[in-house]
Amino acid sequence: MAKSKLKGKRVDPKHFSRDQIKFYCILIPAAILMVLPVVYMFNEAFKPLGELYAFPPTLIVKDPTLNNFKNLFELSGTTGVPMTRYLLNSIFITVVTVVLNIYITVACAFVLSKKGQYKVTKWFFSVNQMALMFVQVAVAVPRYIIIVKLGMIDTWAAHIFPLIAMPIGIFLMKQFIDDVPDALLEAAYVDGAGNFTVIRKIIFPMTKPAVATVAILTFQSAWQATEASNNFITSDVMKTIYYYLNALQTNNAVAARGIVAAGTIILFIPNLIMFICMQSRVMSTMSHSGIK
Amino acid sequence: MKAMTKRKQRKVNRREDFVTSMLLLLPYLLLFSLFIAIPVLVAIGLSFTYFDVINTPVFTGVSNYISLMTQDEIFLKYIIPNTFKYALIVGPGGCILSFLLAWLVTQIQAVPRTVLTLCLYLPSMVGTLMIQVVWKTIFSGDQRGILNAFLISHGWIEVPVNWLLSPDYLLTVMIIVALWQAMGIGFLAMIAGILNVNEELYEAAYVDGMKNRFQEVLYITIPSMKPQMMFAAVMAIVNAFNTGWIGPALAGTNPTPAYSGNLILNHIEDYAFSRYEMGYAAAVSVVLLLMIAFFSKVAGKLFSEKG
Repeated sequence: MAKSKLKGKRVDPKHFSRDQIKFYCILIPAAILMVLPVVYMFNEAFKPLGELYAFPPTLIVKDPTLNNFKNLFELSGTTGVPMTRYLLNSIFITVVTVVLNIYITVACAFVLSKKGQYKVTKWFFSVNQMALMFVQVAVAVPRYIIIVKLGMIDTWAAHIFPLIAMPIGIFLMKQFIDDVPDALLEAAYVDGAGNFTVIRKIIFPMTKPAVATVAILTFQSAWQATEASNNFITSDVMKTIYYYLNALQTNNAVAARGIVAAGTIILFIPNLIMFICMQSRVMSTMSHSGIK
Repeated sequence: MKAMTKRKQRKVNRREDFVTSMLLLLPYLLLFSLFIAIPVLVAIGLSFTYFDVINTPVFTGVSNYISLMTQDEIFLKYIIPNTFKYALIVGPGGCILSFLLAWLVTQIQAVPRTVLTLCLYLPSMVGTLMIQVVWKTIFSGDQRGILNAFLISHGWIEVPVNWLLSPDYLLTVMIIVALWQAMGIGFLAMIAGILNVNEELYEAAYVDGMKNRFQEVLYITIPSMKPQMMFAAVMAIVNAFNTGWIGPALAGTNPTPAYSGNLILNHIEDYAFSRYEMGYAAAVSVVLLLMIAFFSKVAGKLFSEKG
């Protein structure tokens, strides 16, 4: 009996035991393997020109320099658009997308979760769940046609709106709102609150982890989006930094190697910091993620 | 009288509730229709036409599908085998790898778990740009490529291997890259799922004669987290198909040498944006969507609550 109890405690152990060493033996090498390319990239960003093309190639930078970053910020596109403009575009698009998406997602997920009495909600939730499988590249052409028909070519809307159609955000948020007790909402309705008040006063405060998760997922997709800049935006001043670095990387790989490395690091850092700050919230959202 | 007004009041409330509910639903519903639902329907519609972007589409029945299945030599000879090989390794492989690593991290304490989870999740958030840059330099075909330099300095090869431009290796490199970044959001869902399994279930099972950890995983952990497994499986499949762009990016040419790294996604791009045969490209898109739906269906059979 004592033995069985001990074994039952093995998931999420509170203390270290020699038993765990074998797991570390697999996990640590696996983790190193995963991180190594990223570490290499970090070092690449700080390498002076000589080291970038040294043979044999080195992993760790010997003589770090900030030149790559300096060059990156002084760079401008073929049409004379400075790199900082692209960066500002990206920041603007990302912030607007994240904020809008949080509100739209919470509003829609609330209805999908708590208004089961209307047929349309149930139906739409299953459609949305099917759309989790959606691969946007598969319908790049029709998306382009729709953007043209709506007159959205070369507008900020073409950057932002397609990104907000994010089925996984709705899905995760809805699963999370399912756990908000109905009794709580009933009490609020009896007190005369409407749906808008309920969302503001109850749903938002109680679903902070899911809001954080949706925010981080939206951030990741908006920050790294290239579809709009590739297909929907024609004027250079409205394209994003991610698109720009991508183009730099494909067209001019040799000369721009250090600059591209510096750029990817700058773009990656906000992503990393956000995830580290929010990882416990993300994990608590993910425990609601099951598809039944 | 009082009851009357109350009932009236409730009726008004109910109507108001319906109206505001629909209002709240509307923004997402609109965007979802515009950028997901309608594009899929348009793709299906266009797939039955000949459409060159400039002239109006001409209805041609199922001729696109027929030529796709009978005349498109590249599609039949390279794209389909490549896509299946890639998807069958990266989809289930990524899923299994995610589960194994997720299970391993749940067997250790919380703090090291958080650190190791972050390390394992890292590749899936670095973004397409860093993936290209890093893996291009690692597998670079000259002696300065990291892998070549490593193999040469150990005397395992004498001449640098052109990993990215050789039809023999490109697909394998793509699979390695895809597996490297397979520990994404599905992986996090699995960790959460394993941590959520009721501990009493394990205890009860040990009392009933369960003997080891392998049985523990097989009979308790996996059955208790089927919904998360399902979610992770769908994510793995979608991820596998989404990463398909990487072949031409790594090789730097499109089509890749002998079409060795071209997947169905690249075929769509090829017809849509190089040849402007939108109807044909749409037919390929529909095939892709059907493939994804099929794989998800299989995953559903494996992990559904009833199964």
